[in-house]
Amino acid sequence: MNTSNVELPTWIEVVLIPLLNIFLALVFSGLIILAIGEDPIKAVGIMINGAFGYDEAIGYTLYYTTNFIFTGLAVAVAFHARLFNIGGEGQAYIGGLGVGLAFLLLDKHLPALLLIPIGILMAAVFGALWAFIPAWLQAYRGSHIVITTIMFNFIAASLMVYLLVNVLIMPGSMSPETREFDTAGWLPFMHELFAWFGVNITRTPLNMSFLLALVCCVLVWLYIWKTQWGYALRTAGHSEAAAVYAGINPKRIVIIAMCISGGLAGLVAVNEIMGVHHRLLLNFPAGYGFTGIAVALMGRNHPLGILVASLLFGVLYQGGTELAFEVPKITREMVVAIQGLIILFSGALALMLRPWTVRVWLGLTRQSAT
Amino acid sequence: MTADRRTQEGGSLPPAIELRKISKRFGNVQANQDIDLRVESGTIHGIVGENGAGKSTLMSILYGFYQADSGNILINGHTRKIKSSREAIEAGIGMVHQHFMLVDTFTVLENVMLGAEQSHLLKTSGAHARDALRHLADEYELKVPLDTLIGDLPVGQQQRTEILKALYRNADILILDEPTGVLTPQEADQLFRVLQVLKERGVTIILITHKLREIMDITDNVSVLRLGKIVSTQRTADTDMATLAELMVGRKLVTQSFDKVSNADADTGISVRNVTVTDERGLNRLNNISFDVRRGEIVGIAGVAGNGQSTLLELLSGIKSPSTGEFTINNHVVSTDAALDPARMRDIGVQHVPEDRLRLGLVKAFSAAESSLLGYHTKPAFNWRMFLKASTIREACKRLMVAFDVRPPDPKLKSASFSGGNQQKLILARELDKAPSVLLVGQPTRGVDIGAIELIHRKIVEMRDNGCAVLLVSVELDEIMALSDRILVMYEGQVVGSMHGSEADKTTLGLMMANALDQVA
Repeated sequence: MNTSNVELPTWIEVVLIPLLNIFLALVFSGLIILAIGEDPIKAVGIMINGAFGYDEAIGYTLYYTTNFIFTGLAVAVAFHARLFNIGGEGQAYIGGLGVGLAFLLLDKHLPALLLIPIGILMAAVFGALWAFIPAWLQAYRGSHIVITTIMFNFIAASLMVYLLVNVLIMPGSMSPETREFDTAGWLPFMHELFAWFGVNITRTPLNMSFLLALVCCVLVWLYIWKTQWGYALRTAGHSEAAAVYAGINPKRIVIIAMCISGGLAGLVAVNEIMGVHHRLLLNFPAGYGFTGIAVALMGRNHPLGILVASLLFGVLYQGGTELAFEVPKITREMVVAIQGLIILFSGALALMLRPWTVRVWLGLTRQSAT
Repeated sequence: MTADRRTQEGGSLPPAIELRKISKRFGNVQANQDIDLRVESGTIHGIVGENGAGKSTLMSILYGFYQADSGNILINGHTRKIKSSREAIEAGIGMVHQHFMLVDTFTVLENVMLGAEQSHLLKTSGAHARDALRHLADEYELKVPLDTLIGDLPVGQQQRTEILKALYRNADILILDEPTGVLTPQEADQLFRVLQVLKERGVTIILITHKLREIMDITDNVSVLRLGKIVSTQRTADTDMATLAELMVGRKLVTQSFDKVSNADADTGISVRNVTVTDERGLNRLNNISFDVRRGEIVGIAGVAGNGQSTLLELLSGIKSPSTGEFTINNHVVSTDAALDPARMRDIGVQHVPEDRLRLGLVKAFSAAESSLLGYHTKPAFNWRMFLKASTIREACKRLMVAFDVRPPDPKLKSASFSGGNQQKLILARELDKAPSVLLVGQPTRGVDIGAIELIHRKIVEMRDNGCAVLLVSVELDEIMALSDRILVMYEGQVVGSMHGSEADKTTLGLMMANALDQVA
């Protein structure tokens, strides 16, 4: 039976099916943990406690969440224009370059009030520029955006290695990093922020960029669903022919959508470089760009969904680390496997349970109708 | 096989298809309800009904795309469960879809073989199929060049390939879904001759169509579907078109006739001069075309689909620009160097009701309100520079829906949930509401039910009477003849003939459409 054209109530589509997917992923993870002779219930307990149990855990969880929100939103904006941006990783990396260059030049001369907005702007602009090139190639030369954005991740990585090893490295240093920026460019940590109000919480990497991520969720929601530009973007995404008919230039939409997407991915650098490391260093995007694809898929490309999915991945990262630490038999690789299962079930197999759900739903409604 | 059947029930054949109490619902929509249908063996059985009456659902159940919620299917007297198209083929049912299921870059032979290969080796399968097709061609007078690529064949021949495909799979029941939509009148006649031959050889044929004239011409029996139920099944000889139309719509229909006007001295709304449009492959879609449309006049473009009418609409609405030549539209001159995009065209009072409403005219995933904004989202009336005026847009949509009787009048409903006719009315409402000076209309009633056709035609004529220059493109000759004050016939990107609406006759137009007028005369 073909069930794809049966409409289900929103709560089933948005809440129940994702929850079932996660549950299924956890069942399989549990089987794996059983297979190596550990107690899966206990493991889940350690994970939850490791992610939420105490304020330090919460800080780390939200710090990871911040990165996922940025990259998840990046993928979602592009997706509304029917573009698959696989290049979040590279765009985040180059966003970091933007921050780095600006701060190396300016951090000794400007106050924090100017420096921080400049840093945020540079992260977004450099990320957007890195996305602009594949976008232009797609729009005007027909090079497939998936291929070019993947390639641009490699180019970004190589470029950063070259720059950090040969150009931007702190003279006399052994590791390929820039000098530490002046404190004027540091984004306040949350524990610092709380301390100003007299509340003491444990020191964690969580910083103010988390608030920026929340603002971005609202802005993206407004942009996509409430503005005329978002309308044009969605029109072009749904049907290029309809966009042309409506007088919307689909080529321009490709460029705009990718630049916004790249800009959002670039903001990962605000969290990592301005918020945590305070210097430009190698490999700071650490796969967040790729995980953003799973986040967007799971969050159905809606900012609210992305917020929830980001939180889930934050829990997985932080709780997983804790788990690997607490239970020696569960290694770091095992945690990655569990994350992989969740991505598999809620991303790639997101609709696997739908036909079954439709049948159950139809069965239930038919009974209540008679 | 035929002999077997004759022995049953004392010499009289059981019906080829018998449906008993077939019901099917999708969510809240009862698509089919207690359908009882007997299709006698060796007859041509017509099924008519408005869009959304449940014809497609019924045939999809018969061909295994859907499963009925309840009811039985009997094929040649035996109950069959048909769960997939494979099982339908095994039961001897063949289907010729409205949009052909053919691979353009394969030859006729390869297309026929596809999925029914007799061997793992192409050579053996090919030889077998070639042999079988030769027999079929002799038996049913169905000649198609076996080694020509499908893409190189005219539409009529492609359709024959579809029929051959079904026969090659031993179908003795053939379902044809709107088979004449893409054919010239002459090609349609040929198709009907083929169907007659098939019938004489014992094939049972189910013909689904909008066109009542075809029902009268060729079928033995006819069933009318309305709102998911069979409202009548009778011998075609016992009924007439007016009765069938009333049964379909469920009320009396006024036959509309519109006055034809002749405004030879009115100034021109569209004036095309020697325009050629070349596509990216270097083919001339429009070839040195010139004509005028005056204000207060409807000019109909007749022609078999694919002879440049679509390109003409794209040209005049700003989607494509001329490769050479120029045209004047509402006093604006357009040429290669001075092109106007669709947004500018709207600004100068050129409105366009596109041919392909699902691809161009609206966005299926949008709400009706969002679709009613298509093309106008930048207008100050609908946005505060940045944010859209959501409630204004919804109210405007609601107003359009009421004015054009779009059902249900709910701006929040998804565009895809409306029937074809209601989608079309919404698009028409959106464009006509802007009081156009020049109106471009493509296939205004394609896939639209009879009830809505009345209203759409009336609105188009109203525009003409308000002094609008109307260009109408349609593959329905009846529509062209009913509405047009002047008719131009297009063939391979050129205007090959013109007639006054009041003098037009079908035969001449049909010959012009096939560019065969000279040969006859």
